[in-house]
Amino acid sequence: MTELRVSYTLDSTLETVDSAEQTAGRIAAETGFDEDEVMQISMAVREAAVNAVLHGNAYDPDKKVKLDIERTGSDLVITIRDQGKGLDPDKIPDPLAPENLLKTSGRGIFLIRSFMDEVQIHPSQTGTEIKLVKHVHGPSADVKEASQ
Amino acid sequence: MTMKTSTRQVDGVTIVDCSGRITLGEGSVILRDTVRELLSKGQKKILLNLGDVSYIDSSGIGELVSAFTTVRNQGGELKLLNLTKKVHDLLQITKLYTVFDVRDDEAGAVKAFS
Repeated sequence: MTELRVSYTLDSTLETVDSAEQTAGRIAAETGFDEDEVMQISMAVREAAVNAVLHGNAYDPDKKVKLDIERTGSDLVITIRDQGKGLDPDKIPDPLAPENLLKTSGRGIFLIRSFMDEVQIHPSQTGTEIKLVKHVHGPSADVKEASQ
Repeated sequence: MTMKTSTRQVDGVTIVDCSGRITLGEGSVILRDTVRELLSKGQKKILLNLGDVSYIDSSGIGELVSAFTTVRNQGGELKLLNLTKKVHDLLQITKLYTVFDVRDDEAGAVKAFS
């Protein structure tokens, strides 16, 4: 698997959400993930981008979204940073709790965690960074695991 | 692909054929406006045919929930028809599959409205 690292600085717009989703989906497909995994990765990135644009930067034209995608031999690692107030993951209600089932929002982080192998959320005063990891299960990952 | 809807009447039930993506922005707004317009015309038995919906994000899921509760609060019923595997799986993991009345047979779905 060819290693890859790309980085984008994007405006706080809905076009950014679509662009991040499409870019992640394309790279996931090139990496060899199957159709379901590509959908999961692109959807997780879309949800993270929505959080960055909508909840983090609040569509502020002066604030940017940073998207980094790194492909190593064993992982696809996607990092999305915003310049908002910082998201506290501990304050997100459980969307599966009976009292929250009929709420119209609050499922984004849950879907991200459902679709990715690892999710790290780092809130700070200057914004939130969310790191998404999907393990590559193809031949290159197997070789690496076998050699360790 | 943007979201499109068209409506038709079958035995007093309004079937909304949806296609495209129900996502944050245009897709969610179109669904919301469609349901509101039907309710304003007194059409409260609504069957959302999602057979040609290729993608739904969390905003789209929220819009489906909103449509469901809005219709119910006005004394109506909203059911879902022909879920794709992707949409089916999303409703499963979000535990909404049992909240909605989900059907895969149009004639049977129409008869199921009270």
